[in-house]
Amino acid sequence: MRNWFNRGIPWIWLNAGAVAVSLVLVLGLFGHVVFTGLQHFWPKDIIAFDYAEPGQDPVSVMGEVDRSEVLSVRAAERRGFEVDESGDLITRHRIKRGNRDITDRDFTWYVQENMSEWEYPEDAVRLERRQWGDFYGYLREVRVDGEVVAEGDAAWERFDSLFADNVPRIEEIGRIERVEIGNVNAEIEELRLAQRRLRANETLSEQERQERAEALQEERNRWEDEYDELVERRNELLEEIGRYDAVFETVEGHRKTMPLGDIVKPSRPNAMSTAEKAVFYVGEFWDFVSGYPREANTEGGILPAIFGTVFMTLVMAVFVTPFGVLAAIYMREYAKQGPLIRMIRISVNNLAGVPSIVFGVFGLGFFVYFMGGGIDQLFYSERLPSPTFGKGGVLWASLTLALLTLPVVIVSTEEGLARIPGSIRQGALALGATKGEMLWRTVVPLATPAMITGLILAVARAAGEVAPLMLVGVVKLAPALPVDGNFPFLHLDRSFMHLGFHIYDVGFQSPNVEAGRPLVYATALILVMVIIVLNLTAIMIRNHLRERFRAESD
Amino acid sequence: MSDTETRDTATHAVSSNRGRNGGQRQLNIRDEDICVEIDQLKLWYGDDQALKGIDLQIPRNRVTAFIGPSGCGKSTLLRCMNRMNDLIDNCRIEGAIRIDGQDIHDRSVDIPELRRRVGMVFQKPNPFPKSIYENVAYGLRLQGVKKRRILDEVVEKSLRQAALWDEVKDRLSENAFGLSGGQQQRLVIARAVAIEPEVLLLDEPASALDPLATLKIEELIFELKKHYTIAIVTHNMQQAARVSDYTAYLYLGELMEFNDTDTLFTNPSKKATEDYITGRHG
Repeated sequence: MRNWFNRGIPWIWLNAGAVAVSLVLVLGLFGHVVFTGLQHFWPKDIIAFDYAEPGQDPVSVMGEVDRSEVLSVRAAERRGFEVDESGDLITRHRIKRGNRDITDRDFTWYVQENMSEWEYPEDAVRLERRQWGDFYGYLREVRVDGEVVAEGDAAWERFDSLFADNVPRIEEIGRIERVEIGNVNAEIEELRLAQRRLRANETLSEQERQERAEALQEERNRWEDEYDELVERRNELLEEIGRYDAVFETVEGHRKTMPLGDIVKPSRPNAMSTAEKAVFYVGEFWDFVSGYPREANTEGGILPAIFGTVFMTLVMAVFVTPFGVLAAIYMREYAKQGPLIRMIRISVNNLAGVPSIVFGVFGLGFFVYFMGGGIDQLFYSERLPSPTFGKGGVLWASLTLALLTLPVVIVSTEEGLARIPGSIRQGALALGATKGEMLWRTVVPLATPAMITGLILAVARAAGEVAPLMLVGVVKLAPALPVDGNFPFLHLDRSFMHLGFHIYDVGFQSPNVEAGRPLVYATALILVMVIIVLNLTAIMIRNHLRERFRAESD
Repeated sequence: MSDTETRDTATHAVSSNRGRNGGQRQLNIRDEDICVEIDQLKLWYGDDQALKGIDLQIPRNRVTAFIGPSGCGKSTLLRCMNRMNDLIDNCRIEGAIRIDGQDIHDRSVDIPELRRRVGMVFQKPNPFPKSIYENVAYGLRLQGVKKRRILDEVVEKSLRQAALWDEVKDRLSENAFGLSGGQQQRLVIARAVAIEPEVLLLDEPASALDPLATLKIEELIFELKKHYTIAIVTHNMQQAARVSDYTAYLYLGELMEFNDTDTLFTNPSKKATEDYITGRHG
């Protein structure tokens, strides 16, 4: 035993154990997020059963099993379930019944003992709707202009083809609303500002002013006509879509007429084969990643959040890399290594330990109010009192995070520079290089892998940061992406959506937390994947550079 | 530009009608054309005095070896000649070093220019992590030479001078770290001669190499002295005897003895020198 101890074997076990525990934690966390996030999009079977508490009439229930758990009888009674007291344990299921507009409760617990046998009706339909969440029921009739065109067994086929016809119309409406009207609005806003500028301009003669004002007004009228045309086109499409509706019946016997335009995605999961489910799954996932959010973010996709996260991180990288690298080069190579530079270095390192919300407060006070307000006064005075840069936006969020991650870049660049062997520096100097030439031709290129390591750490930190962003530019729902087709294309003044904030918002701030929870996991998964992709890109670049500058130590 | 001029002076201003020392004729410092003149050179690292008043004349187109025990100041002396000691904090120098009559500590001296004239090769091969070609072309690129033709020419010439051309001519674009230690050291020498220095300082250039590579470096030094004034620091007595024309023995920061190599090794005038070269030192 003593011998065993002396040989250091316990240490090996201890160290390996620490690694194993960390590994289990990381893999467990990641696995949980991946599993929960991915399974949300798999079409679940719709079950139907009759539920009768002892001594009461049965009611029909239809929906998806959301969660199941085993309870003791006593615990079940405490929770208000009427059960037979014959057994010790009972199973209860939480059923997602949907139909929020009819039944008012989305999720309900049912005790298994009181259920009839589960049925999986082939023709049960699940509808993803624009409003009121999911609907579960049966399709009864399909109508065009109020006339019934199909019912019974043939209804679904007809419904499917009419729905497919509608999809391009809905997409066109989306495009008109999001892009074309947006462009026209941007032009009109520009003209409105030009008119205001003209009014404030006192150097012009009365006549000239008159002429210009007329020209502007004319152009504005033209755009407004365009706007009216677009609205008309949209209304036409809406009317066309409005001609079609379908009558559904819930399991309780409610009949509900729904315009096809209100339905986002109909499906009959019980009738699908596994392959069909897989196709549906991929489609759902794609819609999630590439779609815009609906219904207070609890439905629809997260494209703006993904885009906002990536864009903000990239802008931050553009700011933080040159600043950090230049500062590190000065501190390591030029500055005299005295107490002053040591103090600066300690301060920089400690900056990394400052809580991020403090950076947010600083960003709000300095960037948004002071700098943004100043920019507005100087360059955008015609838009006041509505602020342009004097409110949270991508630019200020990126700068705030650049400050937050600056220490990481400085520290790793400094370490990279310190690792370049003196012999290489002396070799360059001995060939007649000046200090600047030695640095920029030889030493700094060799330190690029270290700089990119710093950038990787900075990106990982910045992409996951939420708290400071809430103060300097993240919003629950951004009306437009920070990049679009209107001049100047990059709108750094716009507020944006962020995956981290989206998780917080859907998980804790939404009106329907239960329905949103799977989305929280799915969004978390996407956030992790975005960070992984960003990091892998940077790591690939770094490895490529390492290969090029294989250092002496290799 | 003065590029060609310097090359001419360096290559042809040599009256290389003398043969190898040892045998044919006795070398005498008084007959030589002096290239580097060191005058009462004193150097301190902080409070430690590393050089205590060195007087030395290094003749042109000869190999001068510096020998002595570790810490005697021979590397320090070598590094004074291209002012590499400037890089060391709190290093203080008194006295003068004149190269071709010009004091290198004069205010008007441009240090990078000085280092271009006085090339240096270090103990450990220190190629840059670039291709072989770029390593040799580095000095020229610093001088702003961009023409591919000139670069190609100089790279080939320098690699030939360093006796490396035949080994690397097919892989000039490969990373210099792929070369063996001996090849790397010759590459570094090629890099140094590519900018046509007047003086070449070799700081124990073969101490990290195996005997075969050492032999190659020694042959190379013998070739190079036709064009350059060479100062070499070495711990290896045989090497000093083999490659050098003149030898200086330093001990604890003082120049104990300086003479032509044959005389110094066969008939040292001081007991300390004899003890050191026969291995009785310390």
